[in-house]
Amino acid sequence: MNEAVICRSVVKNFGTGENEVKVLRGVDFDVHYGEMTFLVGPSGCGKTTLLSVIAGLLNATAGDLRVLGTDLAHLRNGKAVEFRRKNLGFVFQQFNLLPALTAAENAAIPLLAAGWNRRKAVDKAVTILEDLGLGHRVAAKPNQLSGGQQQRVAFARALIHEPRLVVCDEPTSALDADTGHHVMDLLRRIAVRPDRAVLVVTHDSRIFPFADRIAHMNDGLITNIEKNNEGELEHVA
Amino acid sequence: MTFVAWQMLTGDRAKYLGLIFAIAFSTFLMSHQVSIFCGLMNRTSSQIDDVQDASLWIMDPKTQYLDETKALTDQDLYRIRGVQGIEWAVPLFKGTSRAKGPDGKFRGVILMGLDDSTLVGAPRKVVKGDWRALAEPETIAVDQTGYEFFFPGEPYTLGRTLDLNDRTVKIVAIIDSSAPFVNLPVFYTRYSQALQFVGRERNLMSFVLAKAAPGVSDAEACRRIADATGLKAVTANAFAWETIWYYIQNTGIPINFGITIAIALVVGTVVAGQTFYLFTVENLKQFGALKAIGVTNLVIVAMILMQAMIVGAVGYGLGISMTAAFFEVTQNNLDLRGFRLLPEVMLGTAAAVFLIVILASFVSVRRVVVLEPAVVFRG
Ligand SMILES: Nc1ncnc2c1ncn2[C@@H]1O[C@H](COP(=O)(O)OP(=O)(O)OP(=O)(O)O)[C@@H](O)[C@H]1O
Ligand SMILES: [Mg+2]
Repeated sequence: MNEAVICRSVVKNFGTGENEVKVLRGVDFDVHYGEMTFLVGPSGCGKTTLLSVIAGLLNATAGDLRVLGTDLAHLRNGKAVEFRRKNLGFVFQQFNLLPALTAAENAAIPLLAAGWNRRKAVDKAVTILEDLGLGHRVAAKPNQLSGGQQQRVAFARALIHEPRLVVCDEPTSALDADTGHHVMDLLRRIAVRPDRAVLVVTHDSRIFPFADRIAHMNDGLITNIEKNNEGELEHVA
Repeated sequence: MTFVAWQMLTGDRAKYLGLIFAIAFSTFLMSHQVSIFCGLMNRTSSQIDDVQDASLWIMDPKTQYLDETKALTDQDLYRIRGVQGIEWAVPLFKGTSRAKGPDGKFRGVILMGLDDSTLVGAPRKVVKGDWRALAEPETIAVDQTGYEFFFPGEPYTLGRTLDLNDRTVKIVAIIDSSAPFVNLPVFYTRYSQALQFVGRERNLMSFVLAKAAPGVSDAEACRRIADATGLKAVTANAFAWETIWYYIQNTGIPINFGITIAIALVVGTVVAGQTFYLFTVENLKQFGALKAIGVTNLVIVAMILMQAMIVGAVGYGLGISMTAAFFEVTQNNLDLRGFRLLPEVMLGTAAAVFLIVILASFVSVRRVVVLEPAVVFRG
């Protein structure tokens, strides 16, 4: 099977009764292994919500959702946390690094959470940071790093435990164009592997060329999916 | 994750120190005030504790505490001596007099009159001289407070004189008395002489001190004396506690100290709780990221509690050290003698700090547990 994520008629409402907001209105959407999939669309259309549902941070109101072969709707809360810890890597728009920890320690958090001993975890983090070109800054605290460097630390944190699905929400919107380009180039090279899927939410059209597949979203629905064939975008659904 | 919790806590120096300070401050205030309170209450029974030869105190049945007595009669003394199972019984005077120094300086003093022939009740912690010399006429034993008041800055010398009720008396011993509740010097003399030094009272038998015969328990002896004479007979320990309780129940002292201690507790909780809560709220995004990444609520609660416990332990250690240092520094000060940090107070304060820390982290824990990890994607 080639799909890491399969969404069928996924619905997500917030609130109840008069205050009910229908944010996802029946999303059909797949994310493939070995690909970097972009989820794009106007502000407020539901991209972050869909990403959160796929990452198991929000429960879908209705519909079928299989992530890495697991039916998330039927995972108990504790199991969902464990599922995330083992299988998902997260990259946030605001980096969300812990200011009190060094770059290497921040990157090591998923391993620490899995019970690794600190030395081994930090050693592995240093290796990944070297791959990301941050070998000389492993002992720096986040406030001593530039935005692009911080986002690279966040990449290291998202990848260190070798998750099968990496989700990124607006990874470049806090960065200038050149830096954004640079970190996406890095992410593409280091994160995309045959046994891993990468899902990126963005509305930064300058980085679209990095996508293998682009899903356009509007008003809670996927409206159009394009595939990138050597720079040529080809409509698939 | 222990390491992460530790780094998060100590990474923010200002808040960390603020938390430590709040806990240290409450610890110091609580332990210091409770210690002073205990020391002060303990002082109310000092003159009972300093009597070491007799285990039984006999007094008028209506006597409530050490400092207010109704005199007994010679008749009472003879009847007590007649009770089966009493080895001996002697009179004791406790009252006040006024002493005048060679330069005319005068001061009220607590005057203890000891049985002429046995000197039962004489102080045993003698700094200079010999209490047995009280057997000589016109002699007194004075405590250090008294000596230093009348002869300030002068080395302890025996044979100096003071006037008590216009009678000149010679100092034959300088003693280390337990500090009395009222801040007055304590003088000892013989019972028959106390009469002359006080003058106005006809009968001076404030108490009868007695000892049970071998084989008779103190409790049994007390019961027999009470039955035979209708007087109140209690052990020294019981009388000391009665006196302490009298002061606790009949003065504003416990309330005043209670208020200070309660304020320390409340301020400690509120300041520590507030700072800790702000600390958590500021780190909410970080906790959210940890939750999203897959750190369980249980681990996060453990992290917060660990942070709170560290703050509590360090703050407590600092505060209790300050209290200990205070009593260490002041232990040679005559006015503060007898005040010290009791192990019970250390334990009690530790329990209070534990409570503060738990209360302070409770709100933070709640906030983090209900936090939706999805917030990390919101800007
Ligand atoms: N917890 C919530 N409660 C109520 N409404 C919510 C909640 N989360 C999101 N929404 C609403 O859902 C809609 C979609 O939000 P979402 O964050 O998914 O949009 P988005 O496509 O990521 O937008 P942007 O590009 O601005 O990040 C918005 O109208 C938002 O107000
Ligand atoms: Mg969004």
